[in-house]
Amino acid sequence: MLGHRLSEWCGHGPILEEDIALTNIALDLVGEANLLLGRAATAENAGRDADALAFLRDVREYRNALIVELPKGDFGFTVARQFLFSVYALHQWEALSTSADDDLAGIAAKALKETRYHVRHSAEWLVRLGDGTDESHGRVQDALDELWRFTGELFLTDDVEQALVKQKLAVDSSSLFDAWKRDVTDVISRATLRMPGDVYMQRGGRSGMHTEHLGVMLAEMQVLPRTYPGAKW
Amino acid sequence: MTPTPAATEDPKRLAEFEARIARGDTIEPKDWMPEKYRRQLIRMMSQHAHSEVVGMLPEGNWITRAPSLRRKMSLLAKVQDEAGHGLYIYCGAETLGVDRHELVSQLLNGTAKYASIFNYPTLTWADIGAIGWLVDGAAIVNQTMLAKASYGPYARAMVRICKEENFHKRQGFEIMSLLSAGTPEQRAMAQDALDRWWWPSLMMFGPHDKDSPNSGELLRWGIKQKGNDELRQRFVNLTVGQAKAINLTIPDPKLRHDAETGNWAFGEIDWDEFWRVVKGDGQCNRERLTARRKAHADGAWVREAAEAHAAKRARLESVA
Amino acid sequence: MTKKKQPEPAETGATEHQLWEVFTQPGGGKPFEHAGSVHAPDAEMALQNARDVYARRGEAVNLWVVPSSAIVASTPEDIGPFFDPGNDKPYRHPQFYKVPRGIKV
Repeated sequence: MLGHRLSEWCGHGPILEEDIALTNIALDLVGEANLLLGRAATAENAGRDADALAFLRDVREYRNALIVELPKGDFGFTVARQFLFSVYALHQWEALSTSADDDLAGIAAKALKETRYHVRHSAEWLVRLGDGTDESHGRVQDALDELWRFTGELFLTDDVEQALVKQKLAVDSSSLFDAWKRDVTDVISRATLRMPGDVYMQRGGRSGMHTEHLGVMLAEMQVLPRTYPGAKW
Repeated sequence: MTPTPAATEDPKRLAEFEARIARGDTIEPKDWMPEKYRRQLIRMMSQHAHSEVVGMLPEGNWITRAPSLRRKMSLLAKVQDEAGHGLYIYCGAETLGVDRHELVSQLLNGTAKYASIFNYPTLTWADIGAIGWLVDGAAIVNQTMLAKASYGPYARAMVRICKEENFHKRQGFEIMSLLSAGTPEQRAMAQDALDRWWWPSLMMFGPHDKDSPNSGELLRWGIKQKGNDELRQRFVNLTVGQAKAINLTIPDPKLRHDAETGNWAFGEIDWDEFWRVVKGDGQCNRERLTARRKAHADGAWVREAAEAHAAKRARLESVA
Repeated sequence: MTKKKQPEPAETGATEHQLWEVFTQPGGGKPFEHAGSVHAPDAEMALQNARDVYARRGEAVNLWVVPSSAIVASTPEDIGPFFDPGNDKPYRHPQFYKVPRGIKV
């Protein structure tokens, strides 16, 4: 999802170098999604492949954190979201790299390397925008404040996850919160930004309760496979 | 236009320069060069770079609608390469003493040109296949020649670009061949895309050499090694067989093999359309420029912030 | 160089940032070579941009970035006096030395 959102910057970035950088991150993310959906399809064993899971599920069947489906916003919003999400992903991948599932551990090891760079890139930008001009400071602070209510969901756990944790397959998401908070606080203060205050945390991604944005995004993304059922591309 | 170079340049240096070109020497940034050579290079390289950057738009239009994850990744990587190629060529042009900001401003205020092909709209997914196959195919014919250009930084950028661009053409051809062998709707989509992109692709090589104001000088100074018509013919010869192999029909009733020359003879290009689009009345000319202007304007606060931050840091370091 | 100067409000966002030269080292202990250049506001961003632009196909295991203004270059006028003296010292090349036929040294 986030890869899709980032790809919307391709050709529209603030400077040519950044078009290339954002596309690199988008490519990493779509690549990770492809591997994860492939692994999920194998686990499901119902004749669906990664593309079927990506292109033929509707909104209520999608399971993703709400934060990644929000529209790309301005560059400040994109940077702030990338940063908040990448730090979470970094700790998630680190933990998953020792999963009892060899495939998943392999995917995690690859993604971990990629994510380290995503954190570095987005953190450096956050610092530049936060400690740049008054305008950039204001814009990126607004973005952080707006995004904050979607961060709580990243650290929720549920029965399904707990069952997987028992088999040493998955990670208890709530255990990642402290490390995330520490890293995020550190960069936000380097960026001379203010930590957003406590707000009501939105949730719903795990149960398919999405924002309105997802439907529009899927309509665009799925248009060809939906219009020409069964066609090969 | 300025008077002929011979009138303003030192004839001795000019003769030495032309002898170097004739020997096949590479000209490097700090070498002496006629002012006209420098200006022709800046014009050509910046047009080329602008084309890469504007070229991101028609294809970028389909990134979010790519029909599979694999296609999404290859299209993203391809459009990213276009940005990279634009960047390489801008950097090459900058060695001639012109700032990228200046070149970009010329694009945004409409005084610089870019390849007209990108003023045609991408209507269906097959257009992505057709662009990779035909537009990148034509670009490769052109760029393979430019990789031997007399100006070192341009030639070196081209070598790098040619290496990277091979996958562009192959991914386009793969899309077309799959569509052509697919459902009747997909086949129709592929043929329709070929019908719409064939002639604009031929136009990419520019006017006939006899009608091209710059051709003579570019050839004499080794910026170009071959004329527009020869390159266009080479492209047609390469492409006819490929279209046959995937059962698509090139939309030219006059296309026939000439046993004598070994070439595929083809019909006349609609030059009225060519000049109309060059002069700004293609369907998408305005849209493309508006999109670039918007990206530039929306990015202004970001660039300013980065500069302000760098300045703050520099001050801190100089105090420490 | 605009580094020390605060950007004028009138030319908002007019900058494309300063120019940096990029050197990449391919794997296998090969020497660094010039790959091209990038625009960036500072060294860290120059390094990141260089990575994204010139190493996206795994071409490099190491990167250098140098402000273009810091490069000191020989001039074309140097071609004669600067480099010719290196051309007439054949004893620096192994082919200068004769070895009896059939022996590998």
